[in-house]
Amino acid sequence: MAETHAEVHRHPAPTGFIRKYIFSLDHKVIGIQYILLALSAVLVGMLMSVLMRINLSWPGTKLSILGTLFPTGAPDGVMNPEFYLSLVTMHGTIMVFFVLTTAPQGGFGNYFLPIQIGADDMAFPFLNMMSFWVTLVGFLVLLTAIFAEGNQTIGAWFSKLGESAFGGGSGTVGPIGGWTGYAPLSALGKVAGPGQGAGVSLWIISIAIFCVGSLLGALNFITTLLNMRTRGMSLMRMPLTCWAWFTTAVLALLSFPVLLGGGILLLLDRIAGTSFFIPGNLYVSGSLVPLHNGGSPLLWQHLFWFFGHPEVYIAILPGMGATSHILSTFARKPVFGYRAMVFALFAIGMLGFFVWGHHMFISGMSPYSAIAFSILTLSIGVPSAIKTFNWIGTLWGAKIRFTTPMLFAIGFVSLFVAGGITGLVLGQTSLDFFFHDTYFVTAHFHLVMGVASIFGMFAATYFWFPKMFGRMMNEGLGKFHFWITFLGVYAIFVPFHAMGMLGMPRRYSRFDEYEFLKNSKGLVLFVTVAAIITVAVQFVFYFNLVWSLFKGKKASDNPWEATTLEWTTATPPPHDNFAGHVPVVYRGPYEFSVPGAPNDFVMQTEPEGIEVSTRLGETSGNGGDGHRH
Amino acid sequence: MGRVLGIAIWIITVASVWMFVSGRWWFPEAITEHGPRVDSQFMITIVVVGIAFASAQIGLGWVLWKYRDRADSQRAIYSHGNNRLEIVWTVVTAIVFISLAIMGQRVWASLHLHSAPPGSYTVEVVAQQFAWNFHYSGKDGAFGRTNPEMIDDTTNPVGLDDADPNAKDDAVVATLVIPANRPTELILRSKDVTHSFWVPQLRFKQDLVPGMAIHVHFTANKVGKYELACAELCGMNHFKMKSFLLVLPENEFNELVAMPQNQFQTRKDELLNKYQLPNY
Repeated sequence: MAETHAEVHRHPAPTGFIRKYIFSLDHKVIGIQYILLALSAVLVGMLMSVLMRINLSWPGTKLSILGTLFPTGAPDGVMNPEFYLSLVTMHGTIMVFFVLTTAPQGGFGNYFLPIQIGADDMAFPFLNMMSFWVTLVGFLVLLTAIFAEGNQTIGAWFSKLGESAFGGGSGTVGPIGGWTGYAPLSALGKVAGPGQGAGVSLWIISIAIFCVGSLLGALNFITTLLNMRTRGMSLMRMPLTCWAWFTTAVLALLSFPVLLGGGILLLLDRIAGTSFFIPGNLYVSGSLVPLHNGGSPLLWQHLFWFFGHPEVYIAILPGMGATSHILSTFARKPVFGYRAMVFALFAIGMLGFFVWGHHMFISGMSPYSAIAFSILTLSIGVPSAIKTFNWIGTLWGAKIRFTTPMLFAIGFVSLFVAGGITGLVLGQTSLDFFFHDTYFVTAHFHLVMGVASIFGMFAATYFWFPKMFGRMMNEGLGKFHFWITFLGVYAIFVPFHAMGMLGMPRRYSRFDEYEFLKNSKGLVLFVTVAAIITVAVQFVFYFNLVWSLFKGKKASDNPWEATTLEWTTATPPPHDNFAGHVPVVYRGPYEFSVPGAPNDFVMQTEPEGIEVSTRLGETSGNGGDGHRH
Repeated sequence: MGRVLGIAIWIITVASVWMFVSGRWWFPEAITEHGPRVDSQFMITIVVVGIAFASAQIGLGWVLWKYRDRADSQRAIYSHGNNRLEIVWTVVTAIVFISLAIMGQRVWASLHLHSAPPGSYTVEVVAQQFAWNFHYSGKDGAFGRTNPEMIDDTTNPVGLDDADPNAKDDAVVATLVIPANRPTELILRSKDVTHSFWVPQLRFKQDLVPGMAIHVHFTANKVGKYELACAELCGMNHFKMKSFLLVLPENEFNELVAMPQNQFQTRKDELLNKYQLPNY
């Protein structure tokens, strides 16, 4: 049984603008700040992907604005290979860290976890504020990395900074290393070629800062969830969103320190002459590399992927939580197999720590450990399949309301299956001989960790916007946004598999050097067109957000007729969430269509007395009542 | 809306399955002994994956169609799940996935858990930013000593030490030439950063890691000329770190590798012109 917390809110409502909206301790404001950060970052990342597509389909295209901004990366407005690779690197880093890790957890998790468990705030409001501001600093440092390599129109100042701090840039656009930053390419510095100068140092520092921010957040989530649940909110009565945020926080707590450590070692190799990742006797760009000896390039890969694989789940688990929550709400049905969903979530998270080696089958590590990693990898398919079955089970026998959040949640299920299932191909050592580092991989992770997660966040945005801002988002625009995006992402990423079948390698700025890739031209063009249309439609979403904020239909306190605690309080919720009143929870989170109840939904705060004990023949009682053992 | 979305999901499913079934975008023809085994493992996997993908998507489309909100007053079914069903599909997927996982190790194990068979022909591969060097041991079958301090990018890319008698007949060229129907062993090294050896027709890929000498082996069985690419990001010209693989009939191969240093390069270039890339 959860303990009750103090009736008096620990920090009074702020009055000044700065404490209320900028350096706020309120988890709701911090959540919105995270969402705004993600909305800005995703815009940058998305525009980068359009530039990459333009380069791949129409190499040599002149974009005079690029020429003006980046005279060395795009002389006369024509992007060079270095520019393309900087885009690859920055697109990946921005999307993985500052979009997929911020919005789902720091954004929606921050805003709704305390409310859904009936708490008045996070356990450590100050840490919470710090976690956002640290993350924002990380983002700003990452942006400066684009300019610190030097010789840019608007980057002169930054390149001076790079010059004095990290031995200067290499005269191109941002860092080149991919989001994985494999050593020793990332460890050698300017000698290793364009895009290996100060930009890479800033890239590493940015990620290290990000790790610190995420750690502060993770501590907060775990403590809050374990200690601050309101009366009656037993673990098995929590919404699945809370389970997802909790599992994600555990993953973050265990994986980010490893990346932080790895990042510091990598930075030391670059600026302090250590040799953690640099072996001896390297001959780079025409001369021997002095002073380095005994480092291991594989060590970086192990450290990176020990973080990197759990990171995939950090990105997608909150989407799974939101999807389960939203599917149940609009199916007007309890979640199918609540308990199994909780176990599957945790199983995916924990197994995620034992499979990092599947990124390294062909890296030169022991082929025996590859086999162990491979079998563990395919076993993650089992809890993933449980989740899929249970989502479809939730819809079976339902009475589905096709609202925009519901459409995106259904889209999540479809995309999760489409993207996740190719893990069965890529996880096999024997097939990795062919598919490693081809577009087949790019297809797999974009669908599952990229697009599916984003669909989870779209669903969450449309679903919770009314609670956050007191107005509904426009349904017509939302549905338009859904349809084009849903068809668009399939049109972009399904052909990636076909490119992978041809053997097309990732991270190539052009494909015309190779005869075996010549059949891919049509596919590449098709994807580019689909990408441009899909990206364009995202501006409808941005417009809808802003328009609805001011002109949207006024929302009631519980517009979706949902059951969890956030819908019991005012809209938007007051500073202490429940206006001095402590909610008491009497039942599980998804009591929809209870026979005999007056409405087709029973709130978690509805006192006992309403008959909900009726059970149908085959049902198991999973999650219906957390007190039944 | 439910019917439209259901149909949309079915169309996406059919289109995705068609993309694989049509065969328009498929692997280039395999040229190694283990290649067809990789391909058949892929066929088994893609059939399982295809069935799982299609049934999940069709099932999803079907529940959307069937359980859309109709204007009747009937409520949704009140159910919290079904443990028996849950156990059944967990056990079934576990059996299918783990079996796939075990089958998926066979080709890998056959190549990687054994050292190269006796009688293999060995080539040292030394990658560097945006170029490949292939070091042949010559008539004596012994590799000359190398010394990083002797590296010169134009005249001595791998740092071969001429003082070593074993080095006298060694040749270092930019093309990989291997015999057909005889096992090939590669010793993979890198001078600078991590690269990856990738010839799609070989069904084989392996990183070349600075500081490591990675031994791998396979047997090519189809004579011809193929493209070799780098598959690990290595810097700005990664996309054109290109070379060729020549798989030669045994007599032609033996004649080439017995040649003295100064003729090796010329003969190799003649052969490179003689063979054509496959039709893609």
